[in-house]
Amino acid sequence: MRLDLTGVSAHIDARPIVDGVDLTAGPGEFVALVGPNGSGKSTLLRTVYRSLRPSGGVVRLDGQDLWRMRPRQAARHRAVLPQHSQVAEGLSVAEVVATGRHSRKRPLERDNDTDRAVVLTALRRVGMEGTADRLLTALSGGERQRVLLARALAQEAPLLVLDEPTNHLDVGSQLLLLDLIRSLGLTLLAALHDLDQAAAYADRVVVLRDGRVAGHGPPLEVLTPAFIEEVFGVRAHVGPHPITGRPHIAVASVIGT
Amino acid sequence: MTDTLTRVQVRAAPPRRPHPVSGPATGLLLAALAAGLVTALVAGISAGSVTLPLGQVWGVVLAHLSGRGAQADPLLSQVVWDIRTPRALLAALAGAGLSVAGVALQALVRNPLADPYVLGVSSAASLGAVLVPALGGTALAGLTGALGVTGAAFAAAMLSALLVYVLAQRSGRLLDSWLVLTGVAIGYLCTAATTFVQLQLNPTELQGMMFWLMGSVAGASWTDLGVPALLVGSCLAWLWLQARSLNALLAGEEAAIAIGVPVATLRIGLLVAGSLLTSTVVSVVGGIGFIGLMVPHMVRFVVGADHRRVLPVSLLTGALFLVLVDLAARVADRPDELPVGIFTTGLGVPFFLWLLRRRARGGSDAA
Repeated sequence: MRLDLTGVSAHIDARPIVDGVDLTAGPGEFVALVGPNGSGKSTLLRTVYRSLRPSGGVVRLDGQDLWRMRPRQAARHRAVLPQHSQVAEGLSVAEVVATGRHSRKRPLERDNDTDRAVVLTALRRVGMEGTADRLLTALSGGERQRVLLARALAQEAPLLVLDEPTNHLDVGSQLLLLDLIRSLGLTLLAALHDLDQAAAYADRVVVLRDGRVAGHGPPLEVLTPAFIEEVFGVRAHVGPHPITGRPHIAVASVIGT
Repeated sequence: MTDTLTRVQVRAAPPRRPHPVSGPATGLLLAALAAGLVTALVAGISAGSVTLPLGQVWGVVLAHLSGRGAQADPLLSQVVWDIRTPRALLAALAGAGLSVAGVALQALVRNPLADPYVLGVSSAASLGAVLVPALGGTALAGLTGALGVTGAAFAAAMLSALLVYVLAQRSGRLLDSWLVLTGVAIGYLCTAATTFVQLQLNPTELQGMMFWLMGSVAGASWTDLGVPALLVGSCLAWLWLQARSLNALLAGEEAAIAIGVPVATLRIGLLVAGSLLTSTVVSVVGGIGFIGLMVPHMVRFVVGADHRRVLPVSLLTGALFLVLVDLAARVADRPDELPVGIFTTGLGVPFFLWLLRRRARGGSDAA
């Protein structure tokens, strides 16, 4: 699945937030969207979720206009792990994951063995198969996030969009989540806060500043110390990770060092 | 694909059912509720200012159902078949309609505290209903006459629901707290307008309208049942088709859109269904409060929040509940009757307050 954003602009309350963004993610590619707070990352992602219609430009999946698809058709092509998800009271973990099957089912069709297998496989892939019969409200924040990822996997869509998926997770869970999503073989577009994680996990980064693309390309080519200081206002050191050997970015405040 | 995260230890969870009743047990629960409803209906038909033996009640009902009604004792037949049977069935229909209206509105605002009353829909329907006799003989009599009481109640309910929906939106998003507060405000306005209309009526006209204040299923006839049964049935069928989407909506608007639910269309449908159910019931039995709040909540406690279970179980529980309440209202103060609304409100308000405190303690985001 190939994702193409061409000249996408978006407004919230008549205020322009995203202005003419071009972005591409090829099949199986992990593209990280980074940028300071308020740079328009979440707003740009909402045009791919279909929760905010772009005021200009086109979002295409394999050449097809995402906003011209029917809601169920769109959901068969792209799954989402949103940043803000309310906890559904009174639903078990398996029932929450099963809602991800919505776009694959006719209204009165009952869940069949395939659906149950997909739900269990999705839970197993996120390491939560032991919780299928528990209430979602009984889980910790990190566990809930993994259940919501399982729900997205149950959609069986080739494109997965994630809005700061590692928020509220402890450091071990953050890295495991990133390892997991990278191992899925899906086309990934993820807004990430942590430049170090973007550098270590993404194939390419797109940097947003004030709603425009400030830079894009392979992490090490884009995220140079000078560029990071210019966009984020911090000093940065870029080098191989002392443990993994992958690209590593250490940052420090510009004051007091 | 590697199962990376399976290396993480998942908190040991004892295997247990997430809800007291789930899976195949739901079918048994539905059968038990249906049996209970039939029993309650028969009890409701035999009890009253004069209690009739069950054998005679069955005899008359079976005679009419098999087309031999003319052979039954005329007096007994009149009491059982023409007065008490439609009344018991209307109670069942109203209880079912209000419970399902509660489910629809709670799904709409994603808050179990919502109910036709909280969102002002009931008050608006009452206003529409009282306007019909009040406007008789004025320039607008033609319009209200053409709509009828049910039509006017629905028009007013839809109008208020639409007003609440539009006023509670901010940049295309529906905020729960805004929705509930706007509904309460519109409800007050409609109640004030209803009071004003009632003050314009003479005492005789007012007497006939008192039941819109407290609600009653007394005086039901067979002709009162057809249209409400059709409307409640249609709304239920539509909601049943949306059960999966309603489950998805529980996780929030953004998540539901991601899963492929046409959220805007679904919400308009829920508004129409909720308004239609409420106004249908209000126009035949008046304002019976809190059933839409109590019944779905009790049901979720037992079967969980999956709408494929909540909808049918709420339907039967609501019907059973109001038939029993009507029975209590008729035998509590014999030979007089009390309006059922006194009982439902008497039970509903403590329930509402308990729910509110429980949610506050649990840290839930009560809007």
